[in-house]
Amino acid sequence: MKIKVAGEVKEVKEGLTLTELIEIEQVETPQYVTVSLNEEFVESGSFAETVLKDGDDVEFLYFMGGGR
Amino acid sequence: MKITIQRSEYEKMLAHARNERPNEACGLIAGRDVEGVRQIVTVYLLTNIDHTNEHFSIDPREQLLAIKQMRKDGLVPLGNWHSHPETPARPSEEDKRLANDSKASYLILSLAQEDHPVLHAFHVEGAQGEKTVRKEELIIVEEAS
Repeated sequence: MKIKVAGEVKEVKEGLTLTELIEIEQVETPQYVTVSLNEEFVESGSFAETVLKDGDDVEFLYFMGGGR
Repeated sequence: MKITIQRSEYEKMLAHARNERPNEACGLIAGRDVEGVRQIVTVYLLTNIDHTNEHFSIDPREQLLAIKQMRKDGLVPLGNWHSHPETPARPSEEDKRLANDSKASYLILSLAQEDHPVLHAFHVEGAQGEKTVRKEELIIVEEAS
């Protein structure tokens, strides 16, 4: 099936979970990454059971913050 | 790494940071990476959802919209920026701890001196507790009239 990851169309296996996609994409420090799936944010505790579907649109967003 | 920013985008960032005082202001930077020079084309002014003078967290929904807009405009994300209303333009311990994208440039705009704002850029990499910070060369480019 085909999904879009950070704006790029990719061919991935059926039944791929978000956790697996994070591994495939070698996302740095995934604990600081927010995932949006079809423009909805996914709870970090749900990555393992979130199964992707053909046509899904995934974005990885680094938490961006700091302090003085 | 050398970074350039158009004067008008710098002024936009500065005006927003001044307007947001006493709180920290923040946003994203986008542009092009041309032969090792990062050219900032657009500065995004996003909401600091912490609304304090001590911290910032970029609104993730605005962050998502900005990323999508960058792509539409043919730009790439280059990093983020935030202001230090009362302290120098250098990464705090919290800034370093939360800088988790080793590909990003982190810009800090100090308003500590009213008539002398200071903007610096940094690269941060390494594991938690072992982060290394390198100052990047930042040039404000005057636009052709």
